[in-house]
Amino acid sequence: MEGAFAPSRFSAASGGAVNPRMSEPFLELVDISKIYPGVVALDHVSFSLSPGEVIGLVGENGAGKSTLMRVLGGVVEPSGGIIRIDGVERRSLTVADAINGGIAFVHQELNLFDNLDVAANVFIGREPVYGGALKLVDRKRLYAQVRPLLERLAVDFEPDAPLAELSLAQRQLVEIIKALSLDARLVIMDEPTSSLTLTETGRLMRVIAGLKADGVSVIFITHRLNEVKQCADRAVVLRDGHMVGSLTRAELTPAEMIRLMIGRDLKSLYIPPEAPPGESVLEIAKVVTQTYPDRAVSLSLRRGEILGLAGLVGSGRTELARAVFGVDPLRGGSIKLDGEPIRITTPRAAIDHGIYLIPEDRKSSGLLLDVSIAQNISLPDLASYLRYWLVDTKCEIENACRQRERLNIRAPDVATTVDSLSGGNQQKVVLAKWLSMRPRVLIFDEPTRGIDVGAKQEIYDMLRRLTDAGVAILMISSDMEEVIGVSDRIAVMHEGAISGFLDRSQFSEHNVLQLAVGHKV
Amino acid sequence: MHKKDLSLLVLILVVGAVVGFINPRFLLAGNLSNTANQIGLFGIFSIAEAFVIIIGGIELSVGSVIALLSVLFIDLIVNHDVNWVVSFSMIVAGGLVIGVMHGLLATKMHIQPFVVTLCGLLIYRGAARYYTEDATAGFGFGASFPMLEWLTAGRTNVFGFPLPHSVVALFIVTAVAWVVLHRSVFGRYLYAVGKNEEAARYSGIRSDRVVITAYIICGGLTAFAAILIAMYTRSISPAVHGSFYELYAIAAAVLGGCSLRGGEGSIFGVVLGTILLQVLQNLVNLLGIPSSLNFAVMGTVILIGVLADQYLVQRRRRAVTAKGRLQANIAGPQLERASAE
Repeated sequence: MEGAFAPSRFSAASGGAVNPRMSEPFLELVDISKIYPGVVALDHVSFSLSPGEVIGLVGENGAGKSTLMRVLGGVVEPSGGIIRIDGVERRSLTVADAINGGIAFVHQELNLFDNLDVAANVFIGREPVYGGALKLVDRKRLYAQVRPLLERLAVDFEPDAPLAELSLAQRQLVEIIKALSLDARLVIMDEPTSSLTLTETGRLMRVIAGLKADGVSVIFITHRLNEVKQCADRAVVLRDGHMVGSLTRAELTPAEMIRLMIGRDLKSLYIPPEAPPGESVLEIAKVVTQTYPDRAVSLSLRRGEILGLAGLVGSGRTELARAVFGVDPLRGGSIKLDGEPIRITTPRAAIDHGIYLIPEDRKSSGLLLDVSIAQNISLPDLASYLRYWLVDTKCEIENACRQRERLNIRAPDVATTVDSLSGGNQQKVVLAKWLSMRPRVLIFDEPTRGIDVGAKQEIYDMLRRLTDAGVAILMISSDMEEVIGVSDRIAVMHEGAISGFLDRSQFSEHNVLQLAVGHKV
Repeated sequence: MHKKDLSLLVLILVVGAVVGFINPRFLLAGNLSNTANQIGLFGIFSIAEAFVIIIGGIELSVGSVIALLSVLFIDLIVNHDVNWVVSFSMIVAGGLVIGVMHGLLATKMHIQPFVVTLCGLLIYRGAARYYTEDATAGFGFGASFPMLEWLTAGRTNVFGFPLPHSVVALFIVTAVAWVVLHRSVFGRYLYAVGKNEEAARYSGIRSDRVVITAYIICGGLTAFAAILIAMYTRSISPAVHGSFYELYAIAAAVLGGCSLRGGEGSIFGVVLGTILLQVLQNLVNLLGIPSSLNFAVMGTVILIGVLADQYLVQRRRRAVTAKGRLQANIAGPQLERASAE
C-alpha cells in the first residue's frame, strides 16, 4: 500500500480478502468486442467483478470506456463475446436485463427532473399507488421508502427537497440513491467527479466506500488518476479498444496508469511549415471564463503556426474559444490582436477583427442545415455581396463555386442543402464561410470530429496552406494523433488553466497526458 | 415562385371555379371587388405577422392593436382636428413603438413571445375600451376627409373593374416586403435567425437586433392596416373591432408555408393564404352555408392544408435521408472516434 494513502477511512472495506463477499465474481465479461464500420471500439475485452469491488476504468478519449459501459447497460449490442451474470451466459444484454441484473448507471448528464422533489425523482415511474384504478400517488409511502435510503448515504438533504435547489453533487447522490432503490449490485459512474469541488469529491469517495462495505460494486470512469489510486481496488486500463492492463492496489500508481494508457502507434500527419512562425498575432492575457471563474488563461498565438490546444473533455478549452470569439462574456483578462488591445463582446466584433471560430458542433452552431451551400458560405459576409443594396446572388454563387473547388466540397452543385452532405463536406462548408473572408486567427474546435479519413487529410492540408499564408490557427482537439501530428506547438489545459506548453521536440503522448491530468512534465 | 405557393394558387383557382360554377354571383365585379378589398386589408397585417413568425416568434396582439390604434386615429382626426397626415404618422409611430416594446421584452427580458403578445392582446383591448368608455367611435355628420377617404377606402375603375385602393396598398406592401425578405441582407438574417439562432450568432449576426426589428416592422404594418380598416368600417366598437384578426393573420401565414418554428415561408405564400381565407369566407356566404359555420370551414381547410403539407415534407425528408445514406456509403466508412467510444 502506498505510503501517502491514509488507510483509516477505507481500511474496513479495502482490506481485500477480509471481505468474504468479494471472493466470488458475479459479473464476467469474456472477449467482448464491438466493431463499428471502420472502427474497432472494443477488441476482446475481458474482466470480472466481485461483489463490493471498486474498479477504476481509465483510458484516453476514444479508448472504448463508454462503449464498454454501454454494453453493460444494455444500450450497445456487442459484436462478439459473452456476458455472464450470476453464471447465466448471454451474448448481449437488454436494458431490462441490465436493470434486473442489478446494474445501474449514474450518468454524466444527470437524468433527473428539475421540477420534482427528491423522493419523486427516486421513484419516478415506480411510485407507490393507492385507490385502485385511479392510481393515486401514495405520498406517505413514497417518503417512507426514500428516507432509509437517504439515511444510508448520510446525505444532507430531505426527501421533499425540490431538486432544483440541490447542487450538482447532491443531484449525483440522488442518482445513486435511485440506483440503490433498484437494488443495484453494481453502480457505474461516468466521470462522477468532473464537476465536483474537492469537498464534494471527498464525500463521494466516502459514499463509494459505504457502497463497497454494503457489498455493492462500483465501476467509475475517470480522468483523475489520483482518485483511482485513492479508492479503487483495481484499475482497468483501456487503449484503442484493448484492455492493456489490470492493476491491483499494490501496483496502482498514476505513473503506471499513464504508461499503460499511452503507446499507440501514431501516424505522422505533420506537414512542416514553409517558414518559422512569425511574431505574436493574438495575445490572450489572464482570460477568465464563466465555467472556471477562478482560473485565468494566458497564451499567445504566432503568425503562421498551428497551436494545438489539448486537454481532457471538460478542461475548459471550448469555453476559452467561446470567450475569445465573443459568444460568452469575458469574466476577466484582455485580448490583444497585433499588439493592439481589442474588446470582443459579440461574435460580430470578433469577426470584424478577422478572428473566426469553427465550432465543435457544426450542426447546431456552424450551419443552417436546410439551407444551400452558397447561402451558408455567404452568411457572415453578406454585406460584401451587395449590389444596389440587395444581395447579388450571382456573385454569391460564383464565390461558393470557387470555394467548392478550392476545398473540394463534394456536392452536385452549390444550391444543394448542407443536410444532405457527409460530415466531412459539411465541415468544409463551415471552413469555406471563413476562407472567403480574410482570416487572421482561426480557432478550430475539434476540426475532424465525425469526419472520414480522406476529408481529414484534406482539412490538415488546408490548415497548413492557411498558416503558410500567414494565418494563425488555434486547434482544439481531443484526438491525440491529431494534436501531436498536426500542431507546431501544443498548449495543454487542465481544469480551466494552462498546465504547460510543449515544443515539437517535447511532443509525446506521455507528455501531453501528464499535463492533461495536471502533472508536470 | 415556390412549389408550395404554386399548389396554393391552384387550390385557390379550383375553389374559385367551383364556387363560380355553383353560384355565378361570385364572379360579379361587385362581389370580386369587395372580396379583393377584404384581401387587401387582411393581407397587410398578415404580412406583418409573417415577419415575426419567420424569426420564430409570434404576435397575438394584432387584433387588439388594430382596435386601439383605429380608435386613436378616429379620435385624432374627428375629435381633435389633427391634420390627417400628422395623425397617420402618429398612429404608424405608435405601432412602431409597440413593436419595439414587444421585441425588447422577447429578447432582452427573455419572455416568451407568446406571453408578451398575449399580455399585449389583453392590455390594448382593455385600453381601447377604456379610452372610448366602450362607446363606438366613428365619424359624425358632416365630418368629411375626401382625400384621406379616397386614398384609403376609395376604388379606381380599371378596365371596368372597381379596384379597391386597399389592394393597391397590399400590392405595394407585398412588393417591398418581397424585396426585403427575399433579396436583402436583412431578409437573409431573418430566415437565418428563424432557422437556427445559434448558428446565426456564430456567423456574426446580432440576432437580438434582427428579432426586435421584425417586431417593429410588424407593429408598423399593423398600424398601417389599422388605419385602412378604420377608414373602411368607419365605425369602431372597441370591444369587438379587429377581434380574432391575429388568428386570421397566423392562419394566412401558416397556409402560406410559414412554420411556427420559424425560418420558413414566403411573401407570396402569405398573400395567397390570405386570398384563400377570404375566398372561403365569401364561399360560405354565397353557397348558403350558415354563417355560423364560417370559422369551422376555415379551420377544416387549414387543417387539411397543413396535413397535406406535412405529408409532403415527410416524403421529401425520407428522400433526403436516403440520398444522404447513399453518399455516406460512397464516402466509405466514417465514424467518429467519439461516438465509437
